[in-house]
Order: sequence, then structure tokens, then C-alpha cells
Amino acid sequence: MSTTTAVDDRVATTSSLTRIMRRPEIGAFMGALVVYIFFAVVDQTGTFFSLDGTARWTDVASTYGIIAVAVAMLMIGGEFDLSSGVMIGSSGLFAGLLITEYNVGVWPAILLTFVFAAGIGFTNGWLVVTTGLPSFIVTLAMFFSLRGINLGVTKVLTDTVRVAGVDEGPDGEMRPGFESAETVFASTFTQYNFRMAVVWWIVLTIIATLVLTRTKFGNWIFAVGGDSNAARNVGVPVRRTKIMLFMYVSMSSALVGIISLMRLKSMQAGQGVTQEFIFIIAAVVGGCLLTGGYGSAIGGTIGAAIIGMAFIGIAYAQWNTDWTWLFLGLILFAAVFTNSLIRRRFQGARR
Amino acid sequence: MTEVSTNKPAALALENVGKRFGSVIALQDVSMVVPQNQVTCVLGDNGAGKSTLIKILSGVHTPTEGQMYVNGEPTTFNSPREALDNGIATVYQDLATVPLMAVWRNFYLGNEPTKGFWPFRGLRTKYAKESCKGEMAQMGIDIRDPEQPVGTLSGGERQAVSIARAIHFGANVLILDEPTSALGVKQSGVVLKHIRTAAESGVSVVFITHNPHHAYLVGDNFYLLNRGRMLAEYTKDTVSREELVKAMAGGAELDALAHELGADT
Repeated sequence: MSTTTAVDDRVATTSSLTRIMRRPEIGAFMGALVVYIFFAVVDQTGTFFSLDGTARWTDVASTYGIIAVAVAMLMIGGEFDLSSGVMIGSSGLFAGLLITEYNVGVWPAILLTFVFAAGIGFTNGWLVVTTGLPSFIVTLAMFFSLRGINLGVTKVLTDTVRVAGVDEGPDGEMRPGFESAETVFASTFTQYNFRMAVVWWIVLTIIATLVLTRTKFGNWIFAVGGDSNAARNVGVPVRRTKIMLFMYVSMSSALVGIISLMRLKSMQAGQGVTQEFIFIIAAVVGGCLLTGGYGSAIGGTIGAAIIGMAFIGIAYAQWNTDWTWLFLGLILFAAVFTNSLIRRRFQGARR
Repeated sequence: MTEVSTNKPAALALENVGKRFGSVIALQDVSMVVPQNQVTCVLGDNGAGKSTLIKILSGVHTPTEGQMYVNGEPTTFNSPREALDNGIATVYQDLATVPLMAVWRNFYLGNEPTKGFWPFRGLRTKYAKESCKGEMAQMGIDIRDPEQPVGTLSGGERQAVSIARAIHFGANVLILDEPTSALGVKQSGVVLKHIRTAAESGVSVVFITHNPHHAYLVGDNFYLLNRGRMLAEYTKDTVSREELVKAMAGGAELDALAHELGADT
């Protein structure tokens, strides 16, 4: 048999620049630099550039980023989750009600909340893979159901639309375990008051990136999003992979719910609603394709950072914060437009 | 090429196999033998039952009648995974690779090489990239950069990735579903060469096609499928290319068609 290797002279070898430009998050990274410089220039208070300012915008970015990374992974796997925002409220209320109404210890309540969130994520995923309905619809239904349950159950149990007194019982005694839980989820560190959420955000980004690029499961995520039929044909457990991604998204929402609960020591029934689109914006700005199969975890993180900078930067520029939404809209369009240009220019992929 | 020893059981055999979907008879009374290390071609026009036959061989469907044999043993597959575990790999026409994923990721998809202990079990990325490049080079294809997405490869190269992958993971029987139908003349030639290479390296190939020219170039045995029945059976020694083309085109029907179109042949 012939072992000569056919060299196709019509294909140029790829330069290292092309390799860098092929990264899905490169557009977002350059965008983040532009946004950072922009807000550092228009800043009226002189704090945006400082560590104090950095602590502020990373605080906003971190709670978005924790979920945006999960949403990015799910989008790479070819699915959406519109219930990711409302799940912040649901899990915060779940933990809060367990603690205040049923006197469950703070740590057991947190543990049960993650189990609850895993169950919701499993339900989302299971419904999507068994019914074959678009995840957009399935999770939209979950979104509205949870929104109703959040209000309904909270009103029935507390006669108000919020759960309060997570830190202290009615007798004024600090609840056992609250202080340690607060340290883990909601404390600040250094003189600049960086939030613990930032640590969670960075750690989860690193883990998600390693899982996505360096493990079997990460390979499966790309495959089920890119072409689930091809994936199934080579023996990838498509259903299991998708369900696990939905569980991860719900559990990351639960983490943010717990973080908010520990910070505010209370929870509004409407908490988190409308945030689901911010996570999707972050993931898309970070280079994830809406059609799945392409993107990165770090992209979701960079997208969240841009959004955090926008929220805080506009306040520091002493503009009306109403303009934040316009800015998000423009950023979303500009980012997706440049991403697609870069992809066409450097990927050369025929799709 | 390798001599086939007669006492070795066929890699795959069907005996009077039929498949019904409700009242529709997709396949009826189909018998065929896939000898070891040979290329067995299944020829048929659209609607002849080729897809159903592939799906039975690859474990997607279970036949409603008849018996399948793997290495002489009566076998029933309930899922594609069971067929894979028995060394029967199927390369589907266009469902074989994920276009946006890197070549090496596609190559090892579903069989990723890992090292370490959970939760620190990681992919052996460096090894995977190198061995993928090596395997592809053996098939005569130089993939410059294993990191490039499969979508940037040509159709023939993509088929080669699937074939190389199936062989690498120990397939004894390789089922190829119309591997040349979407390709140009030169690319088809490359794929046909891979089919021959695969058979010579000890794999039994089932080559499903509607192109008798391609089949005749690489095949050892030929089965002609028409309207769900096995119409004819040839070996390379007993049939010429012209006969095969004519049989495939429906012989007399082709003469009638030529007459109808007013063409003098």
C-alpha cells in the first residue's frame, strides 16, 4: 500500500496570528479592552481605573459571570435556558424559606437548595431531550412557572413578597452557620472590598474552561451542540450531556441566589427575573454561536466583564443609568457583528 | 492482496432478512454474505432499500424476519452501540463529523484518550493530535493542522477522517453509506483508494453506492438491490463493468429509455 503523503499546495499553513484570531473569544477580548479604555476616559470620578473601581465593576460582573459561563457552556451544547434568571430568585427563596419558616440550619438549607436546583435543571434537560421541543420553549415555560411559584409560595408562607431575617431568628439570636456561610458566599476581602463572588467567578471560569477544552465531557459538549446526530452515531451520550448542562446552569443560578441571600439577608420574590437575557448577551458577546457547537467559557466571562464595566462605568461617567440598556443593546450588536467578521476572515470554515 | 481462506466464516451474513414498517415492506427475503477482508458492494437506485439495509447491519433497526450472522454466530443488535461493540462501524454519508470541531477532536469523539484519575482525568491532547495526524498520513492525507475545524476539509478528506477513525478503533466490518455520492471525480478516487487500503489492512468493507463504476473499481462481490429485494449477485470474476452498469441501470429499461429519448446507442 502507498504511504506517500499527498501535500495539497492550495492550502497555506496557518500562521500563529491566525491561530490566535481563531479563538472564539478574541472579538470579545478586544471589545473589552475598548470598553475599558472608553470608560476610563469618560470617567468623571477618577475611580474607574483604580482598584476601588475595579472592585465595583467586578462585583457586578461576577454575579453575571458565574451564570454566564454556565449559559455559555449550555449554548455550546446547542440549548438555551431562559429560566436561569428566575432560578436566582427561586433558589434564594427556597433557602430563605427553609431557614426562616422551617428552622433548617443554614448549611443544610444551602445544600438542599443545590439539590433543588439540580432537580429543576434535570427537569429542564429531561423535558428538552424527551419531548424534542426547542429548549427556548421548555425553559420559557419553566421561567413562567417558577415566577408564579416564587410569588405564590412566598405569599402563602410569609404573607409578604419577600423572605427576611435569614441572619437572625425572631429572638434576635444569630442563626447557627450563618456567619460561616456569609464568609464563604458574601464576605469582602482586601481594603478595596473585593467580593467573594469574584473568587467564585474566577474559579468557576477556570474549571469550566478546563472541562471544556481538556476533558472527554468537554469534547461531548462541542459535539452535541455542533451536530447531535453525528455525536450520537459515534457513541456520545447526547441526552446525558445535555441534561448535565441544564443542571449546571440551574446550580450556578442557585449559587448566585445563595450569594444574594447571604449579602442581603433577605430575598424578594421577583429577584433575578429579566436577568436571563443578560447571561445570554454575555455568552453571545463572548463569541458563542446561537446555533451551538462553538464558543468558550472564558468568552462568557469576558462578556460578563463588559456588562459589569458598562453598568459601573456609566454611573462613574455620571450619565443617567437609564442609558445602560441602550449601551447593552449596541454592545451586543457590535460584538456579534465583529465576531462574525473575524470568524469569516480567519476561520475559513465552510458551514 | 490477501487470500481469503474458505474455512473462515463470513464477517457478516444475512439470511432471508426482511423488514416491514407497518404495512410497508422495505426489505424482503434478502440474503447476502460479507467475506473477510473483501469489499462487498451493495448497488441500488433510490428507494431500493439501501438505507434500510444499512440500518439493519449497523443495529439501528432490527429485522422483522430472517437472521443475521456475525463471524458465523447468529446475532441480533438492539442498538448501534451493540453493533459497534461487535466491531461493526458505519460511516454515514454526511452525519459522520461535526464541522465546527477540530479534526483531532472529531477523530477521537466518543473514544477520547484520557489520563489521570477522576476528577482530574484529562484528555491526552498532545498524543491525540499527533496520533490523529499519523493515522491520517497513513491514509495518504496530510492534515497540516489537527486544530483546524473539520468543516474546512474537503468532502473526500472528511470521509477519510471517518474511515480512518473507524479503522483506528478496531472495526472489523466497515459499512460505508454512499461515500462518493457527494464528491467530485478526483475526490471519489481518493475515497475509493481508502476503501481498498482498508480492505488490504484486514477490514471487511460493505460499500453501499448507486454508482456501478465506483463499485467495480474496488469491489470483490456485488449485490444488486431493487425494490426491497436482492435482484442479483456477482463476483468480480463473473461480471464485466458493462454488465454491471447495465444491470444497475435496469437493462431493458435503459434501452427503452434510449429509444424514447430518440438517442441512437
